[in-house]
Amino acid sequence: MIRFDQVTMTYPDAVAPTLRDVDLHVPEGELCLVVGRTGSGKSTLLRAVNGLVPHFTGGTLAGRVTVAGRDTATHPPRELADVVGVVGQDPLAGFVTDVVEDELAYGMESLGLAPDLMRRRVEETLDLLGLADLRARPLATLSGGQRQRVAIGSVLTAHPAVLVLDEPTSALDPPAAEEVLAALQRLVHDLGLTVLLAEHRLERVVQYADRLVHVPGAGAPLQAGAPADVLATSPVAPPVVELGRLAGWSPLPLSIRDARRRAGDLRQRLLHAPHAAALAPLPAPGEEVLTTCDLGVRYGPIVALRDLSLSVRRGEVVALMGRNGAGKSTLLRALTGLTSPAAGAVRVAGADPAALAPRQLVTRVGLVPQEAGDLLYADTVAAECVAADRDAGAPPGTARTLLDRLVPGLADTAHPRDLSEGQRLGLVLAIVLTGRPPVVLLDEPTRGLDYVAKRRLVEVLRALAADGHAIVLATHDVELAAAVSTRTVVLAEGEVVVDGPTSEVVVGSPAFAPQVAKILAPSPWLTVDEVAAALAVAS
Amino acid sequence: MTSTGPPPPRDRRPRPAALRSLPRALHPGAWWLWALGLATAASRTTNPLVLVLVVAVAAQVVAARRSQAPWARSFTVFLKLGLVVVAIRVTAQVVFGASAPGNVIVTLPEVPLPAWFAGVSLGGPITQEALAAAVVDGLRLATVLACIGAANALANPKRLLAGLPAALYEVGVAVVVALSFAPSLATSVGRIRAARRLRGRPDRGLRSIVGVAMPVLEDALERSLALAAAMDSRGYGRRAAVPLATRRLTAGLTLGGLGGICLGVYGLLDGTSSAALGLSALLGGVLAAAAGLRLGGQRTVRSRYRPDPWRGPEWLTAGTGALVAAATIVAGVLDPAGLAPTLVPLAAVPLPWLPSVGILVALLPAWLTPLPPDAAASAARGASAERGLARTPAAAGEVAV
Repeated sequence: MIRFDQVTMTYPDAVAPTLRDVDLHVPEGELCLVVGRTGSGKSTLLRAVNGLVPHFTGGTLAGRVTVAGRDTATHPPRELADVVGVVGQDPLAGFVTDVVEDELAYGMESLGLAPDLMRRRVEETLDLLGLADLRARPLATLSGGQRQRVAIGSVLTAHPAVLVLDEPTSALDPPAAEEVLAALQRLVHDLGLTVLLAEHRLERVVQYADRLVHVPGAGAPLQAGAPADVLATSPVAPPVVELGRLAGWSPLPLSIRDARRRAGDLRQRLLHAPHAAALAPLPAPGEEVLTTCDLGVRYGPIVALRDLSLSVRRGEVVALMGRNGAGKSTLLRALTGLTSPAAGAVRVAGADPAALAPRQLVTRVGLVPQEAGDLLYADTVAAECVAADRDAGAPPGTARTLLDRLVPGLADTAHPRDLSEGQRLGLVLAIVLTGRPPVVLLDEPTRGLDYVAKRRLVEVLRALAADGHAIVLATHDVELAAAVSTRTVVLAEGEVVVDGPTSEVVVGSPAFAPQVAKILAPSPWLTVDEVAAALAVAS
Repeated sequence: MTSTGPPPPRDRRPRPAALRSLPRALHPGAWWLWALGLATAASRTTNPLVLVLVVAVAAQVVAARRSQAPWARSFTVFLKLGLVVVAIRVTAQVVFGASAPGNVIVTLPEVPLPAWFAGVSLGGPITQEALAAAVVDGLRLATVLACIGAANALANPKRLLAGLPAALYEVGVAVVVALSFAPSLATSVGRIRAARRLRGRPDRGLRSIVGVAMPVLEDALERSLALAAAMDSRGYGRRAAVPLATRRLTAGLTLGGLGGICLGVYGLLDGTSSAALGLSALLGGVLAAAAGLRLGGQRTVRSRYRPDPWRGPEWLTAGTGALVAAATIVAGVLDPAGLAPTLVPLAAVPLPWLPSVGILVALLPAWLTPLPPDAAASAARGASAERGLARTPAAAGEVAV
């Protein structure tokens, strides 16, 4: 269905090709998962399928890409719209109309289909993706999972043979991601669609894949094969696979169910192993630096936070979890004075953040927002560091020193836009830390981070906590929360539902338990590292 | 009658079958033609009674036939805008206006201006006549605004654009994208101002605006590139092959036609030029443009999903708009004094019968068009309760229970 023949893709002004001599064949009806580190060329591979690369992006593509027998060299994306459906990372950015039903019909209108056929397909697609109740809703009012399903539906109405999705679940909370993946699963099984999917959060999708393509980056040859075979050596792997590697299981398990059926022996061995808390006891938390008291925030008639009381001490890492729209980002905004409370009070390092001038704010609390790049203005890393020293009134060189500790070896002359997601996050974190704020907040920091970058982030956050920073991170990533946080707070409808030590809160929760906890339940193990340390001590 | 819904209460008059139908949204083009007819009438008169009548008619129809969508609230916004226009016009007259002869109400201290500032004065005597002329002038503009507001409230502007002929489709999409751009620009400004605060830079005042402009533009550019890629992937801009000669003919007809329409509209709205000339230029332009658009439509392969139908109620609505415009134009020829009563000296203003009857005809769509679907749904409960009451007063208690 999709065939790459000796494809080499070079972007304009690039020194080296992004993809080199790629040969790939995806047969009809397969769900093919594309994995790789950020910047390895996954998106380029995906966008080459419908000709956006190179027709839209520029650059030169040598070799041949054919989809359903059509060569992308002679067919621009619009001429492939009836065979390839493309869904981007941010569905809202790709919507053309403003109501669900019109959006579903838009692609068919462009193809010039007959009105009665369009009517029929819209109704069928509404049912297929469970969107019938939303048909008249404005797109802007939909939740993340609903938007993603509408985006899939809007390309599905053209009845494409191939569906290409670039990180469809990266911005979604676990239940919404399940919802989207279940819909995809149905399309592959019932309609025989060929799906090409890129995703960083392998733990969510790997068990659905028929085949895995690993893009190693830097022009190295692709590895393609059965998921278990490719993952045996791949540097990016979900926790279930890492646990399998650690325990020496073969073939590697891909789903929780597979792993649990093999884990009886491992559970026995771990029964008498010393637990992580005993191996490396956490330092006792220090003084209280962040408190909210009956905090309430409203946007017009909508109450975003209600009677929220929270206190965080130095040395604590608090994971803030809850579904999209539960109030996590609003809480972080209130803690930095970006939103004024309608009721209650906020104290951060002894002051009300809403009353602070920006210069005083940065020495008390720092926030890394969801779009971390928003904080970057300058055109080189060095200029950014100098500006950060000036903004925070820190001695010259402070930001650069911090940056070298977080992301060693970043060139002074590099442009912030050219950095990888992980490097950019490190730069923003260094800028935020320049003012030495006792409280550091992070909003969804792992969006777009691969496993290697995520592991680095965990180390950095642990070191910061040991330094006496209080850290609060809002995240959907249960693996990150399990790996780094000492305490988990779950929000729902702007209220605190659960507040307790991470190991107690996440174990047994179907939505928030990490994979290792699900495999080894009822024992409270959270991460592969914990298990590895315990096994090392036991043997 | 094919309607399964209950007939409106207390209205037993028979109606022409073509006009009765199930609740549905009227074609947006019909409402805009109706509103343009009213606006034409307003722009050709300085009779305050006629102007007030136009606003009243527009308000009545809006009240009767608007939906519950967000844009349906825009009529009041336009009315307020009209009041602001009147206020500005009167203030300008008081402060800068040259004095007209007549009854002096009050005399403001006059600031002498240099000779080359001829025609403008600061302060001086204010007469009743000059004030009245300013009010009427402002009122005329406010009335035209009210007509546009009525059209906005009754028809989704985006759906109107979607109804454009195939040849103009791409222009329509550009406008739709631009319209949805404003809200997204606002969110991006908010995000970047927040980021400035987090960096410890001023987030208020003039300097912050300068600092925000560049990142916001970058953001907007990235967003439009993402949208362009998405639209391209979904088949936007597919073309059918059309010979070169046809394409040239299309371009000529369309451009010539649009020029003719511009001339014609100018002639009709400008009261001093001949209406006949304007009307013929408009008709010729419309015909040429229609032919050009029809030819141009051959190039696009696009089809429409659930297009709004154009049936009896649409003809009626657009027709009443045309009738209003025609009545005012004819009256302007037969009885110029009725439409443009003299204000110096001030006298009681007559209500000319021909334009008034014409404008009242524009009320008909308030009853003879189908209800918008959402308003019909919410009215259904009230109506059924009312019917029960009217038929058997004794059963009213049961119905209420």
